[in-house]
Amino acid sequence: MWQMTRQDLRDLAVGAAFLGTGGGGDPYIGRLMVQAAMDAGKTVTLLDPSEVPDDALVIPTAMMGAPTVLIEKIPSGEEAVASLRRLEEFLGRKAYATMPIECGGINSTMPLVVGALTGLPVVDADGMGRAFPELQMETFSVLGVPGSPMVVTNEYGDNTIIQARDDKFMEWLSRGVCIRMGGAAYIAEYSMSGADVKRTAVPNTISLGIRIGRCLREAKQNHKNPIDELLKMLPDTHYSYGRIIWGGKVIDVRRETKMGWALGYAQIEGMDGWRGTMEIQIQNENLIARVDGKVKAIVPDLICIMEAETAEPITTEYLRYGQRVVVVSVAVPPIMRTPEALEVFGPKGFGIDEPYTPIEKLV
Amino acid sequence: MIRIGIDVGGTNTDAVIMDGERVVASFKAPTSPDVMTGVSESLNGALTQSGVPAQAIDVVMLGTTHFTNAVVQRRGLAPTAAVRLGLPATEALPPMVDWPPELREAIGNRYYFAHGGHEFDGRVITPLDPDELRRIARDIAKRRIRTVAITSVFSPVNTEVERQAGEIIAAAVPGAHVTLSSDIGRIGLLERENAAIMNACLRDLSKKVMGAFRAALDRSGIKGRFFLTQNDGTLMDAGFAERFPVLTFASGPTNSMRGAAFLSGVQEAIVVDIGGTTTDVGSLHRGFPRQASIAVEIGGVRTNFRMPDVFSIGLGGGSLVVEDKPNGNVSVGPRSVGYRLTSDALIFGGKTLTTSDIIVAAGRADFGDRSKVADLPPALVAKTRARILEMVENAVERSRLTPEPLPVIVVGGGSILVDDRIGDLNVVKPHHFACANAVGAAIAQVSGEVDRIYTLSKSSRDEALADAKRQASDAAIAAGARAGSVAIVDVEDVPLNYLPGNATRIRVKAVGELSL
Repeated sequence: MWQMTRQDLRDLAVGAAFLGTGGGGDPYIGRLMVQAAMDAGKTVTLLDPSEVPDDALVIPTAMMGAPTVLIEKIPSGEEAVASLRRLEEFLGRKAYATMPIECGGINSTMPLVVGALTGLPVVDADGMGRAFPELQMETFSVLGVPGSPMVVTNEYGDNTIIQARDDKFMEWLSRGVCIRMGGAAYIAEYSMSGADVKRTAVPNTISLGIRIGRCLREAKQNHKNPIDELLKMLPDTHYSYGRIIWGGKVIDVRRETKMGWALGYAQIEGMDGWRGTMEIQIQNENLIARVDGKVKAIVPDLICIMEAETAEPITTEYLRYGQRVVVVSVAVPPIMRTPEALEVFGPKGFGIDEPYTPIEKLV
Repeated sequence: MIRIGIDVGGTNTDAVIMDGERVVASFKAPTSPDVMTGVSESLNGALTQSGVPAQAIDVVMLGTTHFTNAVVQRRGLAPTAAVRLGLPATEALPPMVDWPPELREAIGNRYYFAHGGHEFDGRVITPLDPDELRRIARDIAKRRIRTVAITSVFSPVNTEVERQAGEIIAAAVPGAHVTLSSDIGRIGLLERENAAIMNACLRDLSKKVMGAFRAALDRSGIKGRFFLTQNDGTLMDAGFAERFPVLTFASGPTNSMRGAAFLSGVQEAIVVDIGGTTTDVGSLHRGFPRQASIAVEIGGVRTNFRMPDVFSIGLGGGSLVVEDKPNGNVSVGPRSVGYRLTSDALIFGGKTLTTSDIIVAAGRADFGDRSKVADLPPALVAKTRARILEMVENAVERSRLTPEPLPVIVVGGGSILVDDRIGDLNVVKPHHFACANAVGAAIAQVSGEVDRIYTLSKSSRDEALADAKRQASDAAIAAGARAGSVAIVDVEDVPLNYLPGNATRIRVKAVGELSL
């Protein structure tokens, strides 16, 4: 059990953007919300999954919807807490802790807001191990913890309880409610026991986000190469391996919306010894990187585009022609690479007709 | 058409007189603390040099860093009330939440939440409550606050509630200056609100400064119209600028890049602006600076203005040159003698080795006293010149967006540091290169911009784009562009992620020639 500092929070905003692999939304608003709570004297306590009693009730919280809406319609701050309280009421039990469902992007910070406002500890783990676009793309779901009952709440406190036959249908129903609520809504779902947290969650992903942010910051302070330092740090985590898969200049970015997906691709012309052009396919997040048709990295392994000069992770909406970038791919933990997990959020989950090959085995 | 361009920089105030496309005179004067003295001096200098009578001047274009500096230095800012419409949403983060505390205190840290605002698709979040706004207005009046910034959720989609709230508050607060966020910014509530609040707190100052600019022009006998340049390199007339001083932020780099494009006649290029202390490098596309894609901070406040994507390095004509004795390495900058060049540099009898000394010693320029640098070791001169070139090359390489051999336009007082080539690229040094920023102001055009979210279930993408283009063109004409000259220069269309329903954010900019 440990208390989060303001510096941790700033580091997490950078690390979460890295783990967002291009998506998940800018954690800026969430970071300010936690900071405002800290300014008001509130604290955020993080719990290692091993510290959660097996029979304790954990209720994860999150924001769902469009990050572009969030930066304009900032929440009242009470929405996610209200979802958690409503779910407690529905279950007839009090939560012992909250937890992220997603450690990449904005949702790394939303449960911290809930933790600060309610005093509940936040479990240092999540169900995506990165950012994914849909609510069924969770190790929780893959390993048998149902997302339902789920609560969706808006800034008025309007809320709905969704009990769906499976998590994919829960995603579909709640997405409709989210649009009616203005395109951004705040949820509580995947309530589970402490034993299930230990069995189904990707552990220590919030502290990983903090470590990534800290590593990049300290490398810059000490005039070391931030990306090299990051790659050296990874073997010390359960994201055991990472390497630079490309370096060059963005020469084309295409985007289009289809069925609610922000689809697109970016082309990165190789420089500094990288010959050819890398094409990265985007579906909210970076999904697959190819050079001359040859796969260089593929979902769910992380594909993160970073600014070459500053080592800042670049989200897809900030990708621009002309940027100098380095592309890094990182292995996700084994819990995210089982056949059952790959079925949901591997290439197949995104309709990509390409087998999954771990980054360690690709050249 | 005879026009004058004036650039009020941190060190110098430059004036140029242009007859049509021709620069007929340019004059540099030191920037004065009151700004006006420097403006008058450069204006009169340029008029005298050109022989053009003051009455013949049709129009004056002025670029200034005065308002940026006021925020950065926290001076001349008026106590301001921020009113946000959006309850029950947005309460998690109050206005000015991420500002430096001393700036927030400098303007009184006074804010109010009220009902109002829209959803992304134009639905109302909560109707406006006029009684609530009147209560807020009474409190504002009681506190003797006279400047108010109003920001409503998704006001770029629907500006109506900000307008209504503005009317209610203006009616209840005698003499109130009201700034509406939708008149200034784009999507991103905090950033747009920040810009609106900064604008509001500059209103008193802008009245004073614009009055003084006018007085300086009157004193010189100039009767022509008077414009200010804004951050995208286009113009706003004096009355509009007085209401929207925040739009002058960061117009400096834009002006110098536009001036470089004009003076050289090149539309696609890298521009290197070498001053006394820093070098700004950016790229031109169709004669306009390429814009930065990330949030830009001004005085510690996050904004979403479209600023030119400029990369700055600590290299200029006054940069210190230091030789590391043991290994013989030479370091250049970032420290600089700045405006003390003419007293501290070796060639001016000073004791500090600067880049200017090296260039004079190398025989690439001749000013000051050459004999003072005659003894500099040739190896040191050569090494320093190589280092300077390397620094410029790296900066240029960073801004270079295509492998095509674009020319590099070099402008600014420190242009002597660079020769005819940077890496594999040719260097263009246009005439009047030292006053490129004032030229950029003189030739500025007029723009109109739209940034909003369209729901594509209601209209097709083509219809939405056409609508946005029409609105941007209308805005340009309303701002003073000649109808026939307006062209769309920038279109950006970004779908909203994680949101089925096909909503897309469209941003369009139209630019035209000033109509006189």
